[in-house]
Amino acid sequence: MSTPVRVTLHVNGVEHHLEVEPRTLLVHALRDHLGLTGTHIGCDTSNCGACTIHLDGRAVKSCTVLAVQADGAQIATIEGMAHDGELHPLQEAFWNDHGLQCGYCTPGMIMAAAGLLAENPNPTEQEVRHALEGNLCRCTGYHNIVKAVLDAAKVKAATIAGPSTPSEGPEVSA
Amino acid sequence: MSATATSGLHVGQALRRKEDPRLITGRAQYVDDITLQRTLWMALVRSPEAHAKIVSIDPSLALERPGVHSVFTGDDLGDLGGPLPLAWVPPGIEVNNPEHWPLARGAVKHVGDPVAVVLGEDRYSVIDAAEDVAAQYEPLPVVTDPEKALEGPPFVHEQFGTNQVHQWSLGGGDLDAGFAEADVIVERRIVNHRTAGAPIEARGVLADYRAGDLTVWSATQVPHFLRLFLALLLGIHEERVRVIAPEVGGGFGSKLQVYGEEVLAAWCSRKLDRPVKWIETRTENMAVAHQGRDQIDYVRMGAKRDGTVTALHVKIIADLGAYNMLLTPAIPSLGAFVMSGCYKIPAIQTDITGVFTNKCPTDAIRGAGRPEATHLIEVTLEQLALELGMDPLEIRRKNFIPKDDFPAETAIGVVYDSGDYEKTLDKLLEHVDMDSFRREQEELRAQGVYRGIGFSTYTEICGLAPTRVVGPEGFGNQAGFWESAMVRVHNTGAVTVYTGTSPHGQGEETAFAQIVADKFGVDPEVVEVIHGDTGTGPEGRNTYGSRSLAVGGEALARCANKIAEKAKAIVAHNLEAAPEDIELEDGKFAVRGSPDKGMTLAEVAGAAYLNKVPDGMEPGLEDTSFYDPENFVFPFGAHACVVDVDPETGKAKVVRYVAVDDCGNPINPMLIDGQVHGGIVHAIGQALYERVHYDEQGQLVTGTFVDYALPTAAEVPSFETDRTVTPSPVNSLGAKGVGEAGTIAASPAVTNAVIDALRPLGVSYINMPLTPMRVWEAIAEARGAGLQGGVPA
Repeated sequence: MSTPVRVTLHVNGVEHHLEVEPRTLLVHALRDHLGLTGTHIGCDTSNCGACTIHLDGRAVKSCTVLAVQADGAQIATIEGMAHDGELHPLQEAFWNDHGLQCGYCTPGMIMAAAGLLAENPNPTEQEVRHALEGNLCRCTGYHNIVKAVLDAAKVKAATIAGPSTPSEGPEVSA
Repeated sequence: MSATATSGLHVGQALRRKEDPRLITGRAQYVDDITLQRTLWMALVRSPEAHAKIVSIDPSLALERPGVHSVFTGDDLGDLGGPLPLAWVPPGIEVNNPEHWPLARGAVKHVGDPVAVVLGEDRYSVIDAAEDVAAQYEPLPVVTDPEKALEGPPFVHEQFGTNQVHQWSLGGGDLDAGFAEADVIVERRIVNHRTAGAPIEARGVLADYRAGDLTVWSATQVPHFLRLFLALLLGIHEERVRVIAPEVGGGFGSKLQVYGEEVLAAWCSRKLDRPVKWIETRTENMAVAHQGRDQIDYVRMGAKRDGTVTALHVKIIADLGAYNMLLTPAIPSLGAFVMSGCYKIPAIQTDITGVFTNKCPTDAIRGAGRPEATHLIEVTLEQLALELGMDPLEIRRKNFIPKDDFPAETAIGVVYDSGDYEKTLDKLLEHVDMDSFRREQEELRAQGVYRGIGFSTYTEICGLAPTRVVGPEGFGNQAGFWESAMVRVHNTGAVTVYTGTSPHGQGEETAFAQIVADKFGVDPEVVEVIHGDTGTGPEGRNTYGSRSLAVGGEALARCANKIAEKAKAIVAHNLEAAPEDIELEDGKFAVRGSPDKGMTLAEVAGAAYLNKVPDGMEPGLEDTSFYDPENFVFPFGAHACVVDVDPETGKAKVVRYVAVDDCGNPINPMLIDGQVHGGIVHAIGQALYERVHYDEQGQLVTGTFVDYALPTAAEVPSFETDRTVTPSPVNSLGAKGVGEAGTIAASPAVTNAVIDALRPLGVSYINMPLTPMRVWEAIAEARGAGLQGGVPA
């Protein structure tokens, strides 16, 4: 174990100061240090996308980023998607369209889809399928996931994205 | 019992799921999300060799690492009550069954076989330390080809003097007469290759032994089985063991197991008096979570010139890997039970030979024996149609069991509960216009696009498993599997139900709430479904084999009926009416003819807990039911798959898929469609992309998701699904299972479609997986053969 490093992460609008091993993956910093266990891990090779979060506004796989690389960055996770008890349109659409079964891939799917809709608010079915190529699901056959993303785009295309709002919350040390 | 229509206020409705709010907000708790103070992390040292003697294991370097607490090997586990369980074997035979310990003793038998366990203070340091454990091996000869393995040494387990695990046959009818009667006999060697369950959540365990009580959280489908075997292997009284399956991220059969890691974590927690957590990496999961399929099927099908099938003989070589796990040798037998498919075949014989190889063991993976059986039946039938120059749908209609025959006994002696195969196929053809398809196919070929269509008309066996059918009086197993339910109506009329099933994505919290809500005239919102915890509710038999609704749902319906009867008696008592005059109407148990005179469930519960009940009746409103079905249930359907094959690259892609399924009365159609979609993609994965591959040295080539190609959203289309409804007479819901149907149906449809596409190129048969390389080679070979025959390619 090498000397811990201090990093600052702005997660879902809250600033956190952490001490981590230099090799700590961002996903483990989120899960084990901050207790944000909604972000999951499904593989060792960046194929499954269960760990997808937003880093400075872009969907990335948090198993492939070191926590130290995210120092100072704005991070959004599944826990930050609903506001004031109101679900994000993607969450609502996944629920309405049965876009999940076991739910394990779901946070990553929703974050990846949010990344897509931020860049392309009105995608075609094929664009959705290609954008989600990096996220594996074994339960749904993708049919209802794709439907949910298209429905969410219809409902509220203009207001998707946004989870990388600047920190306004209190400072919290972890 | 006759089936009753179950369509009610909530049953039959596509209600969105009660499970989802926690799952879409990141608030669900899977095993790795649960944290206990003072937890030690566990990591395993695994064999890099496929077959070797363990010479020595030196943990000293690992123990020097900061944060490392202990290292144990197989020798330290001498106090275990026994090896890992093989619980079910095909009836009436002897099975070669080597001891299989949580940590290997003396020798390793496949890559990933664990030899030591490391415990330490954090997630990363134990993985480092596991790499520091110096294990020395003396390699032994390796066997990976199951057919070669049957010929003689080397043996996976020397003590048996053979690699054969078992032989088991099931048949009926006069096979010789059937083949003598045949004008045509089609023979194929059908390879149903090895696949992985690959749930996106790999396995994980958190074990906490404190003051004599053991609590284990595990990503399992079978908490009740796990509790029993943990108690037996660790020598702890069963009542002091509690197993909780928290949120479980998919199973697909791979979590229907009692795994060594589960036993180890519990053993280490007791040994060290601290909680112990193990979270499997994907690389481990690919190497050691049990795998599925892996059969070589020698199929002979005889038929008359008009397409009438007269006999079917199937010899299955089943590669079971290095050990028997919970159900390993029983899995191919499940296929033998449905070897008649949905056809009237007068003589059928299935001969199964199980074989040891130096590979990960196989066991139940989604469908478990039935996908293999359906694949060989549906593919061989289309091969027969080709041979006879018949339409592939016509040959099916020729052989369908007619709807008037139900309940229909097959030559094997299995009785199908209900079916109407013509109706389902007719409905499929409402979606697929064959004339226009064939025209389009011609036009596309002219443009160099090879499009093909393939079909699968399947039936399968689910609702595991009626004791009357599989038990001593039936096929001769020890017993079948019932299911339990407990219903508790609270003071306020809110309801908690406990089911012995253990869903992990199927949506039972919603579907079961719908069933109960209609029994009581309440909203499903106030019905909570508790599952997957042996510390609550009655003993259970868990979730697998598409059994949860047909067995567990029926247990629940029966239990709710008992409560409804009691409620009626309480209402009659309080309203001074006769119990037989009370009926459920508009959310009230009301007096017939006076709908305003009645009591809601909340009012009934109030009376029940205030003991305003008839003389001699117990207060309270709670009951338990156990239900062992009369028979299996047999869902069926008709699927069509359209593929495009690029002859230059060999790449096949599914461009359209239509599925018409019949799983009896639908409880929640949205959940049914979801199960079908996922099942289909599971089978498309096997047909086109996925293959667990070992090289000749027994090294696993497909050890990660980089090499093991699960289909992504970009590989598959949206699906067209439809339904027919043929209720099951077996249970009062009229329901059948649907969790495995898509997987059972789809691989032959895809395979037949690829063959249909390639026929103009001279390819008439090809084995899965239909990867670009294999398809390209088949085309090249056919072209070569064509040239030899004097026909230019």
